[in-house]
Amino acid sequence: MSKIVLIWKDKSQNVERLNLNAPVYYALDFELPKELEPPFYGYITLRGKEANYRVKITEAKPYAPIKDILKRSNKNLKIIVKVEEVQEIASIPLTEFQKRDGEEIKRVSKYAIGILPEKKEIRLEKYREMSEEESEIQNIAKKYGVELPFSVLEKIVHTQKEYSLQKNELKKVVKKVVERYRNRLVDPHEAVGIVAAQSIGEPGTQMTLRTFHYAGVAEMNVTLGLPRLIEIVDARREPSTPMMTIYLKEDVRNNEDKVKEVAKKIESTQIMDVADIITSIADMSVVIRPDPKKMEDRGVKKEDIIEALSRIKLKISVEVEGNDIKIKLTEPSYKRLNRLMNDLRALTLRGIKGIQRAIVRKTKDTDEWVIYTQGSNLKDVLSLREVDGKRTTTNNILEIADVLGIEAARNSIIKEAKDTLEQQGLNVDIRHLMLVADIMTFNGVVEAIGRHGVAGEKESVLARAAFEITAKHLLTAGIIGEVDELKGVAENIIVGQPVSLGTGAVTLIYKPKKR
Amino acid sequence: MRAFGITKRIKSIKFALLSPDEIRKMSAVKVITADTYDDDGFPIDKGLMDLHMGVIEPGLRCKTCGGKVDECPGHFGHIELAMPVVHVGFVKNIKNYLDATCPVCGRIKLTDEEIEIYRQKIEEAKKMGASPMQLFVIYKKIIDEAASRPICPHCGAEQKKITLDKPTTFREEGRKLTPKEIRERLERIPDEDLPFLGIDPKTARPEWMILTVLPVPPVNVRPTITLETGERSEDDLTHKLVDIIRINQRLRDNRDSGAPQLIIEDLWELLQYHVTTYFDNQTSGIPPARHRSGRPLKTLVQRLKGKEGRFRSNLSGKRVNFSSRTVISPEPFLSINEVGVPEKAARELTVPIAVTAYNIEKMREIVMRGTSPKSEDGHYVPGANYVIRSDGRRIRITENNAETVAKKLEVGWIVERHLTDGDIVLFNRQPSLHRMSMMGHLVKVMPYRTFRLNLAVCPPYNADFDGDEMNLHVLQGEEARAEARILMLVQEHILSPRFGGPIIGGIHDHITAMFLLTHKNPKFTKEEAIHILSYLNYDKLPEPHIENGKEYYYGKDLFSLILPKGLNMEFKSKICDPAVCKNKCVHEKCPIDAYVVIRDGKLVAGTIDENAIGSFKGKLLDRIAKMGSDVARKFIDDMTRLAVGVISYRGFTSGIDDEDIPDDAQRQILAIIHEAENKVGELIESYKKGLLQPAPGRSLEDTLEMEIMGVLARARDEAGKISARYLGLENPSVIMARSGARASMLNLSQMAGSIGQQSVRGQRLHRGYQDRTLPHFKRGDLGAKARGFVESSYKRGLNPTEYFFHSMGGREGLVDTAVRTSRSGYMQRRLINALEDLKVTEDRMVVDTGGNVVQFKYGEDGIDPTRSSWGESIDMDEILTELFGEDYLLRRRKK
Repeated sequence: MSKIVLIWKDKSQNVERLNLNAPVYYALDFELPKELEPPFYGYITLRGKEANYRVKITEAKPYAPIKDILKRSNKNLKIIVKVEEVQEIASIPLTEFQKRDGEEIKRVSKYAIGILPEKKEIRLEKYREMSEEESEIQNIAKKYGVELPFSVLEKIVHTQKEYSLQKNELKKVVKKVVERYRNRLVDPHEAVGIVAAQSIGEPGTQMTLRTFHYAGVAEMNVTLGLPRLIEIVDARREPSTPMMTIYLKEDVRNNEDKVKEVAKKIESTQIMDVADIITSIADMSVVIRPDPKKMEDRGVKKEDIIEALSRIKLKISVEVEGNDIKIKLTEPSYKRLNRLMNDLRALTLRGIKGIQRAIVRKTKDTDEWVIYTQGSNLKDVLSLREVDGKRTTTNNILEIADVLGIEAARNSIIKEAKDTLEQQGLNVDIRHLMLVADIMTFNGVVEAIGRHGVAGEKESVLARAAFEITAKHLLTAGIIGEVDELKGVAENIIVGQPVSLGTGAVTLIYKPKKR
Repeated sequence: MRAFGITKRIKSIKFALLSPDEIRKMSAVKVITADTYDDDGFPIDKGLMDLHMGVIEPGLRCKTCGGKVDECPGHFGHIELAMPVVHVGFVKNIKNYLDATCPVCGRIKLTDEEIEIYRQKIEEAKKMGASPMQLFVIYKKIIDEAASRPICPHCGAEQKKITLDKPTTFREEGRKLTPKEIRERLERIPDEDLPFLGIDPKTARPEWMILTVLPVPPVNVRPTITLETGERSEDDLTHKLVDIIRINQRLRDNRDSGAPQLIIEDLWELLQYHVTTYFDNQTSGIPPARHRSGRPLKTLVQRLKGKEGRFRSNLSGKRVNFSSRTVISPEPFLSINEVGVPEKAARELTVPIAVTAYNIEKMREIVMRGTSPKSEDGHYVPGANYVIRSDGRRIRITENNAETVAKKLEVGWIVERHLTDGDIVLFNRQPSLHRMSMMGHLVKVMPYRTFRLNLAVCPPYNADFDGDEMNLHVLQGEEARAEARILMLVQEHILSPRFGGPIIGGIHDHITAMFLLTHKNPKFTKEEAIHILSYLNYDKLPEPHIENGKEYYYGKDLFSLILPKGLNMEFKSKICDPAVCKNKCVHEKCPIDAYVVIRDGKLVAGTIDENAIGSFKGKLLDRIAKMGSDVARKFIDDMTRLAVGVISYRGFTSGIDDEDIPDDAQRQILAIIHEAENKVGELIESYKKGLLQPAPGRSLEDTLEMEIMGVLARARDEAGKISARYLGLENPSVIMARSGARASMLNLSQMAGSIGQQSVRGQRLHRGYQDRTLPHFKRGDLGAKARGFVESSYKRGLNPTEYFFHSMGGREGLVDTAVRTSRSGYMQRRLINALEDLKVTEDRMVVDTGGNVVQFKYGEDGIDPTRSSWGESIDMDEILTELFGEDYLLRRRKK
C-alpha cells in the first residue's frame, strides 16, 4: 500500500538537531497540505535530488511560540509537527516518488508531497526449510553430538535416494559422516585470513593479462585474468568492461523472436546507429538520412526519430522530405548549429541508458534464450516486465550493492572472483573467496582491499604505517594521541613479539613445581 | 639465560607530540656548534657529535650514561631555534586549525549548541568502536563547518581568508603570517576546544607544531662512517643538522645586532627550508637538499618510507643469524622430509644445546672433537663452535682449547653444536607466495656444496634446478623446534590449503615411470623385478606369475607393493579418451587400460599417471594423504624411488625424431594448411567486394579478422589431429604428453605439424611498416602469411619472416610475465594486509583483532579447506567406499 508522504528540503544541521533531540516539536515555514493527516512519514532531502532521511511525524498543529522547539527557519513559521524519530536511509532518488497525478518528482526546492510506490519484492528460493529427511538425519547426527551444515545434509539425502540406503546403512553413513566432519573442522586460532590471501595471491602469477572473448559470445570483449581479479578486490565503481546476463521469464525465454524484441528494447540506440547525419552550413540545416536496413535491424521507425527530436531543447523545425528528415534552426547561428549537432549525436532513441549492445544467445545448459549486454544498468533492466529478476546479473559489483543490497554484493564478489579464477583453470577453494568477500562487505558497504579500504581502516598505527603512507600515519597518531594496543600481526612483528594467531594465541602457561 | 616461561610483553604504545619543554628535558646537551670533530678526530664539546649524545667509536665512553659503544642506547640533544619554524608534516593541520578557530579569541567557530551536538556524536562514534580513520571523517566535517563561518560566534571577530602557499608559507589576505604569529594564534586555542579539532589535549597542543626547539637525534642514529682511506664521512642527517645550526646562528647574530628586517626574513626562510628538508627531503614545491656529489639527501621521512624504509625493511622484516643460502640440486634418495646440507654449511650452522646432568658426557665428547672433526672412516661428525657459560660469556672453541673447554663444561652451560642428521631446519625458496614456501626439513649432512631435496617437493617451492638458490634457517629454541616438527614438517603440507588436494607429488619422470610400470601391465623377470625393487626398502617379492616355466612379475603388482593396505578406489586415468569407448566406460576392460581399479591396496586395473600420483591432480595421492601424513610420506618416498628404479632400469629417451611422421601425413598437413590459406584468401576477396556479412555489433574489419582467425585455428587443430594420428602411445614424447608428465599434444603437433598463428594482444600481427608487417609483403596484404601465420613446424624450421613473427609473439609473452609478477605481487601484499589479522575462534567464528565478527562460521561450514576433498566438506563417494567397499563401487558403476 502506498501512502502519501511529505518531502522537504532541509539543512544538515537541522536534521542533526532533530536527530539528537527527537522526539521533538519542529516548526516549519510552510502550510501542510490537507491530504496529510498524522501520523505520516516525512522525507528530508539535503540537496533536493534524493531523500536522505525519513522522519516519523505524529502530530501537526498551527504554529505557536512554545518552548523547546526546533525551527526550520526563523521567519514565516506556519505549523508545528512532532517528529518522533529520524532515520538515516540509503538515499532514494526523488524520481522514485510520484506526484498525485502519477508523474515523477524531479526536484524539491522547498517541499512537496508525493507517493512512494511500494517496491516489488523479489523472492528467492534459496532459504528453504529443512525437509523431513534432512531433519531426520540431523537428529541422528545430534545424537553423536554434532550439528551438520545444510550442504552436508543435502548430500546425505541425495546419496540415500540414489543408492536407496537402508535404515541401518543410513545410520552407519551418518556416523561416518559425523566422524569425518569433526576431523575436518578448522583448528581454532588458525590464521585463515593469511591462508586465504595466499591462496588467492599465489595463483595470480599464473594468470594472463589480456582480455578475452566471453565464452559463447564471441562478439564481446570481457576483462579476465589478473586485471579482472585486481578490479574485483579494488571494488571499482565501474568495471572496465561492464556486462550483464539477462535471463527472461518463462513466457518469453523460449521464443527467439520475443527475446530479440526484448533485446531491442534494452539496447540503447542513438541516431548515429541508424542514420547518417549531414550538416549543411549553406542553409543552416541538418539532414538525418535513415538507413532502412539498420533501422529494421534495430527496430526503429522514422516516427521514433521524429518523436525523439522533440526532446531537443533548441528551437527547431522538423520537416520530412521523402526519406530524409530535415531539421532547421528557427534562429540560425553557427554556434547553435554546432550545439544541435552535438545534441543529435547524444540523442537516445530508445533503450536503456548505459547498455551499448545486447546480444541474444541460447545457453548450453538450460537451453533457453538469454540476453548478454555490453554495458550495465541493473536497476532499469530489472524493472522490465519480461526480465527474470531472480537470475539476471551484472558484473558490476557496486551496482549490485546499490540495487540489491550488501549480501547480494558479497555473493557477487564470490561469483565474479570464482568465475575469473576458473576461467584461467585455477583451482581455489571457495572458502577463501568467501572470506575476502566478507571482509570487503561486513561493514555494510563495499570496501576495497587496499589503502583506501580495509587496510587503511586498521586500528593499529604501526600496521598502517608499515603498509603505505608511513609518515602521515605516524604524524597524525601523535596529534590525536593514538594508542596502539598491539593486537594485530604486523604490530607485534614490528616490536618483536609473538603474534596472536596460531600457537601464539595460546596463553596457557605450564609452571613446573620447584624442586 | 632467559627466565623460564614468562616473558615480558609490550601491552601498548602511545603516540604523542613532543612539547618544547619535553624536548629540553630529555636533551643531554644543547648543541651550539656546527662542527663535529676536532683535528685529533675527537668529538667537539657542544658539537653535533658531542659525547653526551652517545658514542660510536670503540674505546670512548658516553658522557651521559657511561656506557661503551654497544651499551649506550644514545641520548637526544637539542638546538634552540632563534626564530620558530613550521613543522612540514603538520602544515595541513595548522591550516585547518587557523581556518576553524577565531584569530582573536582562539575559540573554535561553532556555537555552544553545535559543540554539544558534535561532542555527543564523537562520543557515540567512540562507543561504537570507530577506527581512527572513521573518527577522522567527523573531525574533518567539524573543521569544514567551523571554517566556513566568517564571524566568530563567541567574540564576533571577523575571520579573514587564510591561504597556504605550499609548502610552508601562510598568508592572510595576501599578507604573510610569520610562524611566530601563527604560534601565538594556536596558543590561544583553549584545551576544551581541541577535541573537536582532532587533538587530544593530553598528548598534544597545536602550538607544538611550530618548532622553537629542535631535537637532535643520538649519534648512533647517524653514525660517522670511516672509509678505508681514513677519510671520515658524515651521515646525511648530520649534514642537514650542520646546515640548520649554521643558519640558526647567523639568524640569531643578525637579529641581535638589529639587522634590517629584510635580511632577517631571508634568513628565517632559509632556516625554514633547512628544517623542512631535514624532516622530509621530498616535500613538493621546494628543491631537495643535495649532497656535495649531487645526490639528494636521505632525511627523516625518507628513512622510514617505502620498501627500503625502516618500516618495511627493518621492522616488518628482520635479518637473522643461523641461516645459509646456496644452489639446490635434486636427490631422489632423500625422503621428502629431508634436506641435504653440505658439510661446510653444517659446520657453520649450530644448534644451542643446554648442558644437563643427562647429556653432559655426550656434550663433553662433542666439544672435545673441536670445530671440524671426522669419524675414523672419514665421515662427518658434529663438533661445536662455541660454548656459552652460565654468566653469558661466549668461548670460541679452537683446535687448541677444545679439550680444556670440554673439561670445564658444567651443567647450565650451552654448547653450540654443529648440525647433525635429524635436526630440524626451515627451508625456504623465494618468492614466498604461500605457507608451503617455507617448510620444516630434517637435516641430512652430505658432501659437496649444494642443498639437496627430493623432487616431489619442487611444486610447493616452485623450484627447479637451473641455478635456483634456497635458504635454510636453523631453529634456536626448543619451542620453535617443537612447533616446526609438528606443524611445519614437509609431510604435514602434502595437502594444499588452496584447493584441498595434494601439492607434493609426482612430477615429470615419476609420472612417466609409473606409466611405464603400470600401463598394459608389463612383465618383468625376477632379476629385473629385484633390480627395480632394490631401490626401495622391500624385502619380499610379490607372488610371481609362472609362464613357460619361468617366473614373471607384473608391473601392477610391483606398484601395488607401495600402496597402503585396505585402500579401495576407482577413477579414470589421465590417458582416458572417451572416443575409444564412445563414451561408454567399460571399466576394467578398458582397451587402453585407462580405468584404475584398486582393491584392498592392490592395483587391479588401469594406468597410474598424473591423475593418480601427480602433484595438484593426483587422486590416489589425495586419498592416501588423507590417511595420515606418515602413510602419505612413505608412499611418496617409495613412489619416487620406485619411479627412479623403473625409469633407470628400462631407460627412457626422447628426441626430435619422436616427431617424425610419414611423408603422407606431411602432405596431408600441408594440404590442410593450404586449403585454409585459400579460404582466407576467399574471405579477403569477399570482404573487398563488400559481400562479407558483419557479425552483429562488429565492424566489417573485426568480422573479417574473427573469421580468418577461426579458419586458421581450425586448420592448426586439424593438422594437430593428423600428426596425433601418427604419433602413438609407443612414442616417448607422446607418453610424456598423454600421461601428463610434461608437454602437451599441442606442443608435439607444433613440432610435427604446424606452429600456427602468432598473435600480439589477441590479434593477428599487424604492426610494423606502413600497411604491412614486413617489407616482404605487399601493402594492405591481409593474407595468412603476411599477418603472422607460421605454417612451418618447429622440426622443419621457420623461414625468416616466420621466425620474426614467432619472436614477436614470444616477446609479448616475456613482457607479460614481467608485468604480471609485479602486479600480482602488489595485489597479494594488499590482500595479506587486509586479511592478516583474521583468525578462527574456538567455536569457528572468524574475528578480527578488534573483535568484529567477519564470519559466524568459517566458510559457512567450518571446514578447513586443507582437509576438504577438493573443496567438498564431505565426499560421499569416499565415505561409501570406506563403508561398503567393492559393493558400493560396483553399484556406482551402474549409475
